[in-house]
Amino acid sequence: MAVYKLKTPISEADIRKLKVNDVLYVTGTIVTARDQAHRRALEYFKEGKPLPLSLEGLAVFHCGPVMSKQGDKWIAVAAGPTTSTRMDIFEDEFIKNFKVRVVIGKGGMGKRTTDAMAKYGAVYGAFTGGAAILAAKAIKNVRTVEWYDLGMPEAMWVFEAEEFGPLTVAIDSHGNNLFTDVQKTVEENKQRIYQKLGLSP
Amino acid sequence: MDTAKIEEVAFNILKQAVIYLPDDVRQALKKAYAEETETGKIQLKAILDNIELAEKSQAPVCQDTGTIIFYVKAGDKAKNLGKVEEALIKATKKATAEVPLRPNAVNPFTGKNSGDNTGRNIPFVNWEITSGSDIEMTVMTKGGGSENVCMGGMLVPGEGIRGLKKFVVDTVIKAGAQPCPPTILGIAIGGGADISMKLAKKTLLKPLTEHNPDPEIAALEKEIYEAANMTGIGPMGLGGKTTVLGVHVDFAFRHPASFPAAVAFNCWASRRASALIKADDTVEYLTRKLKG
Repeated sequence: MAVYKLKTPISEADIRKLKVNDVLYVTGTIVTARDQAHRRALEYFKEGKPLPLSLEGLAVFHCGPVMSKQGDKWIAVAAGPTTSTRMDIFEDEFIKNFKVRVVIGKGGMGKRTTDAMAKYGAVYGAFTGGAAILAAKAIKNVRTVEWYDLGMPEAMWVFEAEEFGPLTVAIDSHGNNLFTDVQKTVEENKQRIYQKLGLSP
Repeated sequence: MDTAKIEEVAFNILKQAVIYLPDDVRQALKKAYAEETETGKIQLKAILDNIELAEKSQAPVCQDTGTIIFYVKAGDKAKNLGKVEEALIKATKKATAEVPLRPNAVNPFTGKNSGDNTGRNIPFVNWEITSGSDIEMTVMTKGGGSENVCMGGMLVPGEGIRGLKKFVVDTVIKAGAQPCPPTILGIAIGGGADISMKLAKKTLLKPLTEHNPDPEIAALEKEIYEAANMTGIGPMGLGGKTTVLGVHVDFAFRHPASFPAAVAFNCWASRRASALIKADDTVEYLTRKLKG
């Protein structure tokens, strides 16, 4: 396990150094996107329309934050991760088209995303579910909000963060997926547990 | 007792619940941290840091401030019992605006969020009548991620407790990373499909330091606790030793032909707070003393 501190824009070469179980802190631009923002971004791409900002080398964060406006300035009050599996249907295209290097969320992602990360060079960083204040603390500035018509949780928030993390690299760019590994281990352990409890499978 | 007092106390326990985790949960998380693997430690450290930061900044410990559920133990001689629910609704609206809480009450038909955490049957109030003139109120703010994996089942009576053990282990494994482990398990059997789930959820209010007074049931709690932690799911499902922080088991007598079983999960952010209002309107905060 190694600890990496990377600044956006992150290069493909840097992201390829990371392996599952490594710990990553991201400094720079982190953009939130949930289901709706993913869908709209891919629609824009299909229509040849540019996104409000280039996502190349940035981190995308599965998060519906609680934001508060103080004067004309937005502040992130609570910004924990949401369950990433919902974005599995979009993420491979998203990585391919927009060249994001880090996807941040909780709960892990599936094979489609894992394959895209290997092919185009990206990692999945698991952030602790519920650690909303820890996340908000690392967000030093809210640069802007795009697509606010989608509502506060679904809008695309552009954060400037300092050492956002710890993110556990749970999918690396070499086809490894920590969540899949854990599932395999758990399946093996299940038989031991059944035995211990005197149950037949 | 005065309804304004009931509203004030309900607001205070609601605010306490979302900001401060009970001591027993914190202690269990600290203990787990000491024993965890490297990957597990990173998750638990983030959780422990987050708990401290929430307290310092007086902000909710998790952005999902949950569905609001009250448990009221009302003395049969307490005054204004008919007005308690109204006071609880008012307190919920106030807490949503002022703490603030995330609005989490959505009409299942229209998809419209009420914006203030209230709506038909929400906040839900569980009543219990006792003798005397005091009112004890407890609030649970229940996160959605851990709610989504709760499971009720009608097991085969002939398989008995062994069937229950398998049901629980399979449910924990199926839930995996989803309920934000390490979780707390509330398990109940008997009664009926609804009764077992109600009891399972209610046992989540018990402190982790408290075990079932029946030594046989306490042994079952321990056995399930050890089995769940053998799964290797670990903190946040990233692998590790701590999948559950504790297990509580309760029961009701069952119909000879039925074996209802329920497993209720609470995420690590197990939020609850209680207070006792006496007939003379003096208040005792039971989970955490109220700071001036």
